[in-house]
Amino acid sequence: MFRNQYDTDVTTWSPAGRLFQVEYAMEAVKQGSAAIGLRSKTHVVLACVNKANSELSSHQRKIFKVDDHIGVAIAGLTADGRVLSRYMRSECINYGYTYESPLPVGRLVVQLADKAQVCTQRSWKRPYGVGLLVAGLDESGAHLYYNCPSGNYFEYQAFAIGSRSQAAKTYLERKFEKFPESSRDDLVKDALFAIRETLQGEKLTSSVCTIAVVGVGEAFNILDQETVQALINEFEISGEEAPTNESAAEQAGGDADSAPDQSGAAAEGEAAPMDI
Amino acid sequence: MTKEHANWSPYDNNGGTCVAIAGADYCVIAADTRMSTGYSILTRDYSKICKLADKSYMASSGFQADVKALQKVLSSRHLIYQHQHNKQMSCPAMAQLLSNTLYYKRFFPYYAFNVLGGLDSEGKGCVFTYDAVGSYERVGYSAQGSGATLITPFLDNQLKSPSPLLLPAKDAVTPLSEAEAVDLVKTCFASATERDIYTGDSVEIIILNAKGVRSETEQLRKD
Repeated sequence: MFRNQYDTDVTTWSPAGRLFQVEYAMEAVKQGSAAIGLRSKTHVVLACVNKANSELSSHQRKIFKVDDHIGVAIAGLTADGRVLSRYMRSECINYGYTYESPLPVGRLVVQLADKAQVCTQRSWKRPYGVGLLVAGLDESGAHLYYNCPSGNYFEYQAFAIGSRSQAAKTYLERKFEKFPESSRDDLVKDALFAIRETLQGEKLTSSVCTIAVVGVGEAFNILDQETVQALINEFEISGEEAPTNESAAEQAGGDADSAPDQSGAAAEGEAAPMDI
Repeated sequence: MTKEHANWSPYDNNGGTCVAIAGADYCVIAADTRMSTGYSILTRDYSKICKLADKSYMASSGFQADVKALQKVLSSRHLIYQHQHNKQMSCPAMAQLLSNTLYYKRFFPYYAFNVLGGLDSEGKGCVFTYDAVGSYERVGYSAQGSGATLITPFLDNQLKSPSPLLLPAKDAVTPLSEAEAVDLVKTCFASATERDIYTGDSVEIIILNAKGVRSETEQLRKD
């Protein structure tokens, strides 16, 4: 992005009809570490890459439980994300208090989007520098939304945000048609595979990623490290191919150990591991 | 010049009795299920007990609309606490929260007479008893509501609570076993039902211990 005379204020339009401050805010999202989401008819899975600043510090929390039926993964300025999560939690609690029923996900994301839009139209504010992947379940089924700093929001079958998310997106684009009918465990496996794409050859372990699931009969919960590591070990040992359906997973389970490096290189060759 | 008085009251008394007893490693919380107004019965099957947290149960008699509002406020506050602290509220913490919530409406009180029962962080039974504006005390046992005056002297006799003025402070929890305490509660309600017109129909008993939570219902006289 380039500096120009129209980008100081969020309330200044450029001659080409752009609000540069808003676009710069979206850049902040692209700089954050990756977060991905995918959904089936009954479940939604969120996954994110946790990079700690140093070995001495703890990982940043990027996935937040908003309510029993809604969770959010963030990328970008995590402080902004924390504040927005608190807002979302508060909205869910107030709605639950008034109506004694869970806040529909679609309503929450609209409120979130309107809140973001306000910051694009006040000279004394700045846009939130965080992208949110909102995963939730309500009467109309499982939903995954992406909320932009611009105030836009979209519903997705699967999506990835943050740095090197294009690699994950390419993987998801290949697989997404099977997601609606996927089982919960297959969804989680696909999420781990997508995360692995963003790591670009770095070893996938449970210490660098976080997985969370929400679904029919399952309240939003973040999987603990042991469970995630067990899942990673399962598919690393049984072969490198992602489970496209049940029988393929069984087949892969029966295969002899394939050299992880070889298969990893083959997967990378298919994907286009480019930054935006 | 006599002052004009309102010809309606924002309050009503729906009657009922609540009891809680603390044991060494359990807590029993009980309340009858009759809801009345005046001399009529509104329903024979209304629960006055609310789970506020894994280890905190509140039983409240009085004006049930205020009780319901109070339960909702506390449940929402507990959700906020869980989001902020990533864990459930302890029973003593909930006790303080209830006190503060009641006093918040000191000048238009919740017409609710509460008994909070649960397990403290050491796993020991704890019971807290309240008045309508939040004055509270941790005790070994308590009764509130229309049958309280009939039950409290009986519990005083059976549970022989040591004086809170003793030094060193003696534990108020009863040495009775869980089964004995549950039986005692049933006896209390059976007796109160005989003489208190607002108590009866059935009693809902919640038993909290280290293994989890259990619920019992015992039928009472329906007259």
